[in-house]
Amino acid sequence: MDPALFTQRTANEWEIAPQGPMRVPAVIFGSEALIRAMDQKVYEQAVNVAALPGIVKASYAMPDAHWGYGFPIGGVAAFDPDAGGVVSAGGVGFDISCGVRCLHTGLTRADVMPVQEKLAGELFSRIPAGVGSTGAISLDDDEMDAMLGGGARWAVGRGWGVAADLERIEEHGQMAGAVPGSVSGHAKRRQREEMGTLGSGNHYLEVQEVTAIYDEAIARAYGLERGAIVVMIHCGSRGLGHQIGTEFLKRMAMAAGQHGIALPDRELACAPIDSAVGQEYLGAMRAGINCALANRQILTHLVRQVFADVLPQAQLPLLYDVSHNTCKVEEHRIGGELRRLYVHRKGATRAFGPGHPELPAELRDAGQPVLIGGSMGTGSYVLAGTRASESLAFSSACHGAGRTMSRHKASRTWGGRQVVDQLAARGILVRSPSLRGIAEEAPDAYKDVTAVVDSADAAGLARKVARLEPLVCIKG
Amino acid sequence: MGVRGFGQTPGAAFEQAALAMTAVVTDPAGVEPRQAVVVECEAPDAELLLAEWLNALVYEMATRRMLFGRFAVRIEGNRLHGEAWGERIDPARHHPAVEVKGATYTSLLVAPVPDGWIAQTVVDV
Repeated sequence: MDPALFTQRTANEWEIAPQGPMRVPAVIFGSEALIRAMDQKVYEQAVNVAALPGIVKASYAMPDAHWGYGFPIGGVAAFDPDAGGVVSAGGVGFDISCGVRCLHTGLTRADVMPVQEKLAGELFSRIPAGVGSTGAISLDDDEMDAMLGGGARWAVGRGWGVAADLERIEEHGQMAGAVPGSVSGHAKRRQREEMGTLGSGNHYLEVQEVTAIYDEAIARAYGLERGAIVVMIHCGSRGLGHQIGTEFLKRMAMAAGQHGIALPDRELACAPIDSAVGQEYLGAMRAGINCALANRQILTHLVRQVFADVLPQAQLPLLYDVSHNTCKVEEHRIGGELRRLYVHRKGATRAFGPGHPELPAELRDAGQPVLIGGSMGTGSYVLAGTRASESLAFSSACHGAGRTMSRHKASRTWGGRQVVDQLAARGILVRSPSLRGIAEEAPDAYKDVTAVVDSADAAGLARKVARLEPLVCIKG
Repeated sequence: MGVRGFGQTPGAAFEQAALAMTAVVTDPAGVEPRQAVVVECEAPDAELLLAEWLNALVYEMATRRMLFGRFAVRIEGNRLHGEAWGERIDPARHHPAVEVKGATYTSLLVAPVPDGWIAQTVVDV
């Protein structure tokens, strides 16, 4: 994008003033280099979102923003139901509550390296991953509804985790307001054999080493120190979330006219929050969030089982679990007034600052952990929510690196075996059922996650705390 | 990932778009036509019908754990009758790269072109 299209507010904040149907400005965060490299579609989509009914303050895009479906990926937008605000299936995304979870291990590199091969092999054989994989847990109708209402709390109740895990998950592991009855039979059918599966594409499970600390005090509060080993899991609500997104995208697109909403792009399909379809979507979407939380909880249980066998001295408490495709009701201060808003984050992470009452007591002074997944060869980051983020973008930050190259081009550029061998030479073991999938996920097909994170830090969206580099990567 | 089909008729273009969607996952030539699955759907216009057709296939792929390599489509008004031939996923043979989450409305287009019809959209993976 051409920076000349914007009014530059700060070194990392660029504004598009309201024009035409826009109700509010659009604001894109990023360094000038990231803005220049960003797809022009991000500009168009951020502008389109700014024209939706009931939008509050601005349409935002994070430093890792890229072309999405309707809303940009990396988009944040809040809507006020009292001002005709809308909820949008495209504003949440197909993979509802896709997110990242990070587990401590209590181990160091010296503990892991002697068994690195064995650990990689055991994780790969016991974590269902890839297209068509199925989990060991099959849910009947009653259990499916219990899972959709209970989320990670349901999973812990079934023995897949401990109560202490729940305090380290957004919404304390259970999204309120879920309505399993609003989830279609098709969506439930699609999920029946997918509980406890990783999925494919950019979803992964990694064993990582903390290689740098940028904020000692916050790192201490998070229990992170240089040389420590953690496990990061990136996945979402699997087939159930995808089906909910598909079905409500259609329903909202078809009902938009009845609600008097003119859509410049059908993918922006949305419905008034107070409408029947809007309410039904919210109930189903919240059930989708619970599905994702339950799924990551079951995967956590499987990881703990593997570590108990391979490295029995390990303890794997949860650092935190974030979701980056959601719509949540939150209170935000707008012009001195506290308002209840429906905040869409699509490829964006909630980043509550220090003191926020939603945070568990032991993390409250430090701010919310913001977990940023990188590509399999580069590294990931832990950031912390800041107080400034509240006024910048409804307490939101980036979620990952974002692609710079299409899957097609990546698979033409690299071979899967070549990528595996190159990473192995650097001490990173990659295991996946698909060599083509590995080629499509090659590290150089992604933006530089460090540039994204540095920009988020400089903008004040979140504070950089630690860098994590992979030792083992299980790809779906 | 964008998928685009061309054909003499809208139905033929829909068949090719479905084939392109399979190519997102695996090489369609490696999918044996061992089992036929019937798909019926309808939508208020041709473009939404394309999204419905592809989403119906995504559902069948996900729930049957199948891949499809051959398609036949008949469109009558707003209704589509389709058949897809394929087999159960064999990771060792198909090397499936990625699963398709759903067909989106991004770049969604069904339109006549000089030599027939085009049917295209972007699928989320």
